[in-house]
Parts: sequence; structure tokens; C-alpha cells
Amino acid sequence: MSVDPATASGYTAHPQRMGFFTDTSVCIGCKACEVACKEWNAVPDDGMTFTGMSYDNTMSLSADTWRHVAFIEQPRPLGHQDPGVEGMDFRWLMASDVCKHCTHAACLDVCPTGSLFRTEFGTVVVQDDICNGCGYCVPACPYGVIGKRETTGVAAKCTLCYDRLGVGQEPACAKSCPTDSIQFGELDELRERAARRLEQMRAAGVDSARLYGHDPDDGVGGTGAFFLLLDEPEVYGLPPDPVVTTRDLPSMWRQAGIAAAVLLAGIAAATWGSRT
Amino acid sequence: MSEDRPADQTDVRMDDDLALRPEREATVGSAGGREPRGDGRRGDRRRGERRRGDRAMVPEADFRSYYGLPVLNEPTWHDYDIAGYLFLGGLAGASSILAAAAGVTGRPRLARAGKVGALCAIGGSFYALIHDLGKPSRFVNMLRVFKVTSPMSVGTWILSAYGPQAGLAAVTAVTGRFPRLGRAASAGAGLTGAAVATYTAVLVADTAVPLWHDGHRELPLLFAGSAMAAAGGLGLLAAPLAEAGPARGTALLGTALEAAAYLRMERRLGPVAEPLRRGKGRLVRLGEGLSAAGALLGATAGRRSRAAAVAAGAALLAGSACTRFGVFHAGIASANDPAYTVEPQRARLAARERQRNGVPE
Repeated sequence: MSVDPATASGYTAHPQRMGFFTDTSVCIGCKACEVACKEWNAVPDDGMTFTGMSYDNTMSLSADTWRHVAFIEQPRPLGHQDPGVEGMDFRWLMASDVCKHCTHAACLDVCPTGSLFRTEFGTVVVQDDICNGCGYCVPACPYGVIGKRETTGVAAKCTLCYDRLGVGQEPACAKSCPTDSIQFGELDELRERAARRLEQMRAAGVDSARLYGHDPDDGVGGTGAFFLLLDEPEVYGLPPDPVVTTRDLPSMWRQAGIAAAVLLAGIAAATWGSRT
Repeated sequence: MSEDRPADQTDVRMDDDLALRPEREATVGSAGGREPRGDGRRGDRRRGERRRGDRAMVPEADFRSYYGLPVLNEPTWHDYDIAGYLFLGGLAGASSILAAAAGVTGRPRLARAGKVGALCAIGGSFYALIHDLGKPSRFVNMLRVFKVTSPMSVGTWILSAYGPQAGLAAVTAVTGRFPRLGRAASAGAGLTGAAVATYTAVLVADTAVPLWHDGHRELPLLFAGSAMAAAGGLGLLAAPLAEAGPARGTALLGTALEAAAYLRMERRLGPVAEPLRRGKGRLVRLGEGLSAAGALLGATAGRRSRAAAVAAGAALLAGSACTRFGVFHAGIASANDPAYTVEPQRARLAARERQRNGVPE
């Protein structure tokens, strides 16, 4: 069932599909990924707001935020951990979110200019000199990743550091991650590693651990950037069962065809049915 | 993994001692003396949630989210541009069909009104679409590809085919020159007009916006009905009573089609249709009321009185515009509330789970 997006996009010889495995269980919320991403990609300021949402003032992914660290505080124990205070269970969930580089990417499908394209690494990148700022990719993304940058008027999102990949470097966020919560590599290898890690977590008593985006049979054909989460995806602001919108496109075009026929027939009936 | 190390060992280390396992294998929460009974849901049970094993078999009444923030990014489209375009595109496309039919059946003034109206509406559409681009100068970049997966790309080519024909039809009708070219252009504009008026439903449905996407079965018919109501309204407004028969019939049929599609969509979507009944989404209801009133007025007093026909036409046009703005704003509202993204997906997962376990619906 597994589709290689680079092959499907017409690359004959191409490198292995590259991606991220973000293991949120070892994320310490340092935001080094956010900073490294901003620095390397020259991503502009995304606003200085105090949200009151734990330590998260970044809020969500957007044109000007390509890595976003979520902070969730829960009155729940974590594995065997004992907080030391009776009746005060507590755990932190921290997770660095990023563009998923979907196997079936809605943003790329709906782009009317061809600005969004599939790279030889199987990732999805915006060419900002082609983008005309129509904004169609923004509501198409089922994860709320891509956005339109106010200052330039064109779409922007994570490129999985396409420029670094080309010269054999890992993306800036993965490079800067001090705990290896963000792991970069060949997707097949990362999926195996993640399966082992999940077993290890379960064995350690953290039975809320689950993988997200690793399944090639999900609604987007599996993601190039997938996660190990410690709670349900929606708790981190992720959709629990995302589907690429273009999956229903054949049925949409069919319905539009029917509607067009009804429109023609209706007006014809009204015209020829009316006495002059 | 953790048996052989002291209980107070820090889980995540910053050192690089190769003899130690890499930090990414740190099992957070493994240190400590707590019973290994898991960290599942204890202490965080939600209202109404029943304990029955690991997985909830029914979607919970309460949904969870990240600080109530939307999952999706809000569409960047401006309502006057894009909702305005949905209205104008429908008006233009259906007016071209009505004009072509009127021309063939010997109603020159209704035909001319439709052709001129279509040209003005499509001109307004082009303005609105280009105005909404972040880089208007790059409008032509859409002409470098044809992508059937992008309704906007398909729409660009539909408009490129339709626009010149609508223009020719209007100019030849007004000047009376090149009648054969005019007939060909008005037939072409009528046929492509059907695509102009309906593809916009696919344009909005082909997104992750819950209301627009989930409504993809009914939206094309809703838009077709709304376009017919608008074109009928324009005909009633601009053509003499003797020639306005097709416009009256088109308005009636369109209003009925629109109302039927709306009711069906609202019933099928269930909770996702809620934004249609709140805030600016209520414009849809207002639009339907205006359209129904206009169509009925046009079909009764509008047959005899020019003033009544004008009032009916204005109500139909306003009704169609309200419907489009309502659908647009209700969609935005459905994207901005994580409940409409998360709950249907949870229900879908639960249904799959039931199917896997062989539990009947």
C-alpha cells in the first residue's frame, strides 16, 4: 500500500524518502528547533503575544512559524513517576509540531500555479517566485500548517530544509534538538525506529504512548514527518483522522457535472415552457 | 530497561558518553517507585465518560483540543472578494445560459439584458479574484499549468474560455454587428457558463474546511439553484414583462432547487451544519427567504406590473448574494472551531473501530 511520493511524482532516480520522527516523550520544550528554523530559513517574526497557554506563546504553525512547540500541563501521572506530593499527579506534554510532508498532500494538489511541488526527497516545498498568493493551500491543509505571509503575500511553510538536504545536511531543527526528540532520516528507517521506541515506552509503563502519522494507510497516505505522542492527537492540536480533501474530488466533479446539467436543463425548461 | 539503574537517575541526559545509551532512548517516567499500572486516564476523566476498558466505544460528548485553538488555519480569502465572486460567477454563468435560450426563442431584449449582465458580472469576478491574490501581478502564473486536482486551476481555464465568449456575445448584442459570430459566442458562453456557475462549489468543497468539504454533495446543486435565482432576478429586473417569462420560471426553479439542496445538506451534515444557523451563516436563511419572496412575487404580480417585477428581481439578486456570503462565512466559522474538525473525525474513527470489532452499527 505504501506509495513513494517521489516516484509517483515522476522522479525516475531519486534518493530515499526523508522525514522526521518527532518523539515527543523526550521533548524538553527548549524551543531550540523554533529558533534554529527561524535563523536558518530567515523566517520573519510571528508576533510577540503573551497567550497564557503554559509556556507556549507561539500558538500554532503558520507562514511565519515552521516549528511550533506545544506545552500541555495535565494532572496525570507519567509511567512510574511519583511527583512526591500526595494526590498531585502532574505531567508535562511537550511536542514540536511541523509540516507533515504528506504522501498525498492537499496543499500541493490544489495549488493552481504549480508553486508547491514534490522534491526528490519526497517532501513538499513552496517556490515563492511562482506562488501568486491565491491562498488555496491554506484551507486545504488538514493540519493547519501552511499560511500566507503578510509581508510578501505568498504562501510559506517548512521545506524540511531542502537547501540543507541537497548537500547532505540534516534540517536545522533536528540538528539543534538537544535530546534527539526530533530525529531526521530515511523514512523507512525512522518508522522501524519508532516502532521499537513505542514498544520500549509501553514496556516502561507509559501506555498512553502512540504513533501518529506513521501509517501509510491513513487518510493522507502516511506523513513524512510523524510523531510519538503521549495523548490523543487533538490534545496537541492535531486532527485525529485527517483526510486529504482531494480524495473526494472525483465525486465533487461528478456532482458539479450533474449540477451543470440541471442548470442547463432547468433554464431550457423555463424558457421553452414559457409562452411568448 | 530501567531495572539496573538507580531510581533517582535523571531520565534525559545531555552528556555524550558512548557507553551510555543515547538520550533519545530515555524512557521518561520510568524512574520512580510507582506501581506500573499505567498513566492512562486516571485523574482526567471527562464528564460522562464511562470506564470500560482501554478504548471508548462511543465518541465522547466532550471533545478535547489544544487550548480551544482551531486545528485548521483560517482561509485567507476576503468575503467581498471570494463570496462576492461566488455570487457574481453564478450570476454571470446562469445569465449567459438564459440569454442564449432567450435569443434562440426570439426574446432579444431579455437576451441582451442577460448578455450585458453576464459581461459585467464576469468583469467583477475577474476584478475580485485578482484583487484577492497576495501577488496580483502573478495572476498569469495560473496559466502555466492545468491541474485537474486544483479546482482553481480548472476554474482559471473555464473563465479563460468563458470570458471572451461572454464579451463577444454582449458586444455583438449591443452593437448588432456580426450577428452570426454573436450567436456562436452566446451559445458558447451559455455552455461554458454552466461550468462557471457550478465549479465554484467544487472550489470551496475541495478544502479541509468542515462545512464546505462535508457539503460537497449538495453544494454544486445549491450553487446552481442560487445562480438560477440570480439570473432570473436580473431578467425580471431588466427585461420587459412580455419577454420575462423565462426569467420568472428560472427564478422559481432555481429557488426551489436551492432550498431543496440546502435542506438536504443541513440534514445530512448534522452538527457540522450548525454554523449555518449562527452568526453570519444565517445569511443563507435570509437569502432563501428573499429568493422565495422574489420568485413568488415575480410569478404573480410580476407578470403584470413592471414595478413588482423590478422589486422581485432585486430581491432575487439580493437573496443569491446573501446565500453565497452565508455559505462563505459559515464555512469560515466551521474552520475556526476545532469541534467541527475533531468531532466528526473522532466519530469516523469510532465507526471504523466498531467495524473492526464486528460490532453492528
